[in-house]
Amino acid sequence: MADSVEDTSTKAPGSNGKVVESSSDLSALKYDTELYGNGDKYAGYDRSIETGGSNNDVPAVSMAKGRFGITAPREFIDELQTAEHDADEDPFKEILRMRGINRVIADRENDYQKRRHTRKLSNERGDGTGGSTYADRVRAVQLENEEAELVAKIKKAEASGRQAGASKWDVETPIQQVEAQAPQRRKRWDQTPADVRSSVAMTPQRRSRWDETPRVADGAASETPKRTRSRWDETPMLDRVAPDYGATPAGGAAIDYGATPAGRQMAAGLATPAGGHMAGVLTQQPGSVVDARNQYQTDEELDALLPDEGYVIMEAPASYVAIRTPARKLMSTPAAEIGGVAGFRMEAETEARIEAMEEVREVPGVGALPFFRAEDMQVFGQLLDGQDETELDAEARRERQALRLVLKIKNGTQAQRKVAMRQLGARACELGAAAVLNPVLALLMAAGLEDQERHVLVKAADRALQRLGAQARPFVHRILVVVEPLLIDEDRHARAEAREVISNVSKAAGLAAMLAALRPDVDHADEYVRNTTARALAVVAVALGVAAALPFLRAVGRSKRAWQARQTGARAVRHTAELARAGVLPHLRGLVDCVGAGLEDEHQAVRSAAALALAALAEAAAPYGIEAFDSVLKPLWLGVRRQRGPGLAAFLKAVGFVVPLMDVEHAAHYAREALHVVVREFQSPDTQMRAVVLRVVQQCVATSGVSPSLVRTDVLPDFVRCFWARRAALDRRHARHVIDATVALAAAAGGAPVVERLVAHLKDESAAHRAMAVDAVARTVSELGIADIDARLEELLMDGVLYAFQELPPDAARTELDALGSVLRALGGRAAPYLQQIASALLWRLNNPSSAVRQQAAALVAHVAPVAHVCGGDGDDLLARIATVLFECLGEEFPDVLAALLSALRAIVDVIGLPAMQPPVADLLPRLAPILKNRHEGVQEACINLVGRIADRAADRVPAREWMRCCFSLLDLLRAYRKPVRRAAVATFGFIARAIGPQDVLATLLNNLRVQDRQNRVCTTVAIAIVAESCAPFTVLPALMNEYRVPELNVQNGVLKALAFLFEYIGDAARDYVDAVAPLIADALVDRDLVHRQQAAAIMKHLALAVSGHACDRPMLHLLNHLWPNIFETSPHAICAVLEAIESCRVCLGPARILLYTLQGMFHPARAVRDVYWRIYNMTYVAAQPALVAFYPRIEDSSPNNYRRYELDYVL
Amino acid sequence: MDKFGMHNQTEQLYARYEGTGNADTTRYEWLTNQHRDTLAHYVMDDSLAMFISIAEGESVVRTKFKMLERMQQPCGPPPKKEDS
Repeated sequence: MADSVEDTSTKAPGSNGKVVESSSDLSALKYDTELYGNGDKYAGYDRSIETGGSNNDVPAVSMAKGRFGITAPREFIDELQTAEHDADEDPFKEILRMRGINRVIADRENDYQKRRHTRKLSNERGDGTGGSTYADRVRAVQLENEEAELVAKIKKAEASGRQAGASKWDVETPIQQVEAQAPQRRKRWDQTPADVRSSVAMTPQRRSRWDETPRVADGAASETPKRTRSRWDETPMLDRVAPDYGATPAGGAAIDYGATPAGRQMAAGLATPAGGHMAGVLTQQPGSVVDARNQYQTDEELDALLPDEGYVIMEAPASYVAIRTPARKLMSTPAAEIGGVAGFRMEAETEARIEAMEEVREVPGVGALPFFRAEDMQVFGQLLDGQDETELDAEARRERQALRLVLKIKNGTQAQRKVAMRQLGARACELGAAAVLNPVLALLMAAGLEDQERHVLVKAADRALQRLGAQARPFVHRILVVVEPLLIDEDRHARAEAREVISNVSKAAGLAAMLAALRPDVDHADEYVRNTTARALAVVAVALGVAAALPFLRAVGRSKRAWQARQTGARAVRHTAELARAGVLPHLRGLVDCVGAGLEDEHQAVRSAAALALAALAEAAAPYGIEAFDSVLKPLWLGVRRQRGPGLAAFLKAVGFVVPLMDVEHAAHYAREALHVVVREFQSPDTQMRAVVLRVVQQCVATSGVSPSLVRTDVLPDFVRCFWARRAALDRRHARHVIDATVALAAAAGGAPVVERLVAHLKDESAAHRAMAVDAVARTVSELGIADIDARLEELLMDGVLYAFQELPPDAARTELDALGSVLRALGGRAAPYLQQIASALLWRLNNPSSAVRQQAAALVAHVAPVAHVCGGDGDDLLARIATVLFECLGEEFPDVLAALLSALRAIVDVIGLPAMQPPVADLLPRLAPILKNRHEGVQEACINLVGRIADRAADRVPAREWMRCCFSLLDLLRAYRKPVRRAAVATFGFIARAIGPQDVLATLLNNLRVQDRQNRVCTTVAIAIVAESCAPFTVLPALMNEYRVPELNVQNGVLKALAFLFEYIGDAARDYVDAVAPLIADALVDRDLVHRQQAAAIMKHLALAVSGHACDRPMLHLLNHLWPNIFETSPHAICAVLEAIESCRVCLGPARILLYTLQGMFHPARAVRDVYWRIYNMTYVAAQPALVAFYPRIEDSSPNNYRRYELDYVL
Repeated sequence: MDKFGMHNQTEQLYARYEGTGNADTTRYEWLTNQHRDTLAHYVMDDSLAMFISIAEGESVVRTKFKMLERMQQPCGPPPKKEDS
């Protein structure tokens, strides 16, 4: 029913009044009059669904007076109360969160990126003081690699066993096997809970629960001992990450849990077992993102739901194993959209939860925060335990201070964040690396991290690292683990941030520390780790200088032990080249040496990586550095000949980039040879290979040694056959590559052969394919001309183009129109025979009922007009006819179409000239004047351009009265939003004034100075200045200066501003008017009003510059005397204007005069005076120091110093 | 901080020039800079250097050399710091 729908949507749950139960028939409902008081059962509810936003200001729910008194609906009161808190924050953030719109990064990662969750923050103590040694880490990584191998083996064995049908799933899971076989694992996932259990056992326990999660705020848990935990699922497994995704099973996370006893640091209010929870936060599964609807039920809820009797709380069966496979955990119920759920829900419960979360918005020592989420509790809970800080030791206090800053940065309002960010930077050293970095890194690893949070946290880490310097050294590896995943993020800002952080770490910690941190991961078993490590290595190399990192890169690239290391080395070189660009040139030979051997490696992956690295190096080095590649040419070349498949793609790419560096003969040879392979690979179905081939074919045919005939006979036919297929147009990026390659081939083979092969595609059925063909043909003919296109081909081409135009889909992109236009332009005079046909098609389409078609036609008219004009007399007639039709269409109501029509008219006016214009200008302009009032920007711009053109070229053909009417419309345009419109309007004033004389226009403009709107006034002053410039200043100045006598602030300021613009525009013509305006300016310079003086200073600036060298010293000096007292202004604009005016006076009057003025106050007793005078002195000194030498004052010697410059006294 | 409404960048720009000063510049510093500028001007300008050398009866090169030497402490030793 309408009403019930409205109820649920407009009433906040929990506001008073019961929601009418959903029912198909309201009238059938009986209600209790006692309960509902006065008889109107609909009181308090809207009776209709509000369709528009029309009555938004009326409160949606009005309360029944009788019972509640007059009051606002609860939700509005709440809103008002929270409004003050929320003033600063992004109001959408929480709303989005509530609606389930997800900004959580973990939720949109692909499988590959998700692998970051399996990495661990290195197994040292959380406070960073313990520190595992490098050897430990190498050993750990080795262990992981062995484990990975083992698992792979086991999986293989299992798979074969399963094939034999002998597998027993319930005997032993493979993971358990691994655990049994990996003896060095320090802790077991099933060992941790021991102490947890003991701590729980001490709390007053009612009974064990069958379901409970440690996820809900732990601080609250410790305060309310009611919320006890069940024993069996206290194991960390439920809540924690199952260790990994196959590569390193069971090990990583579990080790962390056990090994981090650092409860005091992070853990919420919990005394003992918090280490486990902390780690839980760090590595929480992305799938289990906290949502109010998706939480585990608490004990209280279960108590409420289930009766006390008849139910027994079961112990977990001994054979129970929690879900450990991440894939299944990921499939757990996703966070549902609250708004969209129609089913049953417990409103009150949800409310209670939200309130419970919002309770902690106020954090001691931090103040009110916009939000504070349950996950935050696990890191920041420590701040809420209410402990007296004075009792803590210094280190704990520092930790808390750092935590508070981080909390403000993460959750605070913009202002809070800024301040905290600055403090964190300033106090990083004092707080200590551990205190600052630990929470930041922990948060960055949290599962529920969102974009914005990640951004601010990374920035915070960056700031802190800049200050910490060498202190950050123990954290290098952990920072890298956290930041490296950002290097392969889709968002390029994230990538840039990550690079910045890593390069700051490198600068802070030094190369040795960075390499020590990266070294163990270089041959890691997990490809993901190697990939990110290679990128990090490249960033380090670029940050600390390629030369410094080169030995390490070489060692890695030639590693004998593991092919993974060689691959990583090659990748690092590749990324270094991509980052350093031309910066690799000095080290090119060394870098090529690093990867050269990899080309002949036994592993395919290494060979590909090495070839790609060479490609990147060659691209970065272009067009220099071929000498460095000498050693690798042969293996590259052999590779191209011998390889197949993806390996070949990499080698081809490398050859493609190396060829352009070579000298002509070599390049020609290699290009010709490579073309054979390239042509063969045209048929490859592999998209990557196709992309590479498209690139390489461009590079090969671009070398000068490849003959056109070769391209024409050997390359072109196959190319067109393989790439000009309809499916090529489907992928936009691929289509662009195909077009680029086509144009490159045309440049090598000549335009005609290419066009000949493409004309058929112009008439293809698929619109996208046609568009692609039109684009390629247009670029070909506009770059190469049509000289080699014979008559028959020309006919085919025009046929195709016309077909493409006729079939143009209404939603065609603008580029397609432009392409059609450029084909026509390229044809030029040769288009004459087809003009009639084009014109009739255009005219027909101009009257099409579809607005998009009309707009396209008008846009094409603009393209056709210049072509038609070059085609001779017939063309002009045609254009005049089209112009008449356009004129008749000016009643158009779609603004976009109208703008296109006006642009088309202007294009025609441009080519055929105003005298020949049909309809005559005198008819056209009156029709345009009302259109100037149109509010659409596009229309405004097109119209003002056309009017300006007419005013410029044929103003005398229109009666003056008409122009005056235009002037009034133009005034409105002076405050148009778009700058081109305003500029065109101002220029048009100038044209009109020149046509009909300045008096009337000026009167209009001067009147306009009285309006309130500031922008309008400013534009008016510009227009006045333009009028003065185009009609000589003496026609305007008297009226303008007379206007200054109007006792109105706006007008006077406007006059001054107009004068400033005027003197700026008229240049040294100002010398004739200096004496005339000097009294006015002097008056303005001593005005009480600050703005007056500022404007006058601006006038002086332009005036002084304009008249310098024209012997106007006396009036300018007079003005300078009035200006000088203003140097003590403090308003930024005013003092700027005054100083600039003084600077201009220096140009006009010479620096010596300014120096003499300045000497008066440079050693004044008052610092405020000295400040200004020194500033002016500096200004003069920097600009004109040599000129000052002769004018420094004579200072007598004072023992022991001799201050006289006696050389000046020499006389010969 | 930014009392004159200009950005601090201009201040920094000015501060890069040796001869510029601020409200705390002493008379000695200011005059020393003046002298150095003057001497540099003489040395760079051949006609002026010639004029001075004729007046002093020295060779041009020696005059220039003496001026370069003088640029170290053109006004004599700096005054003693009063305190602090």
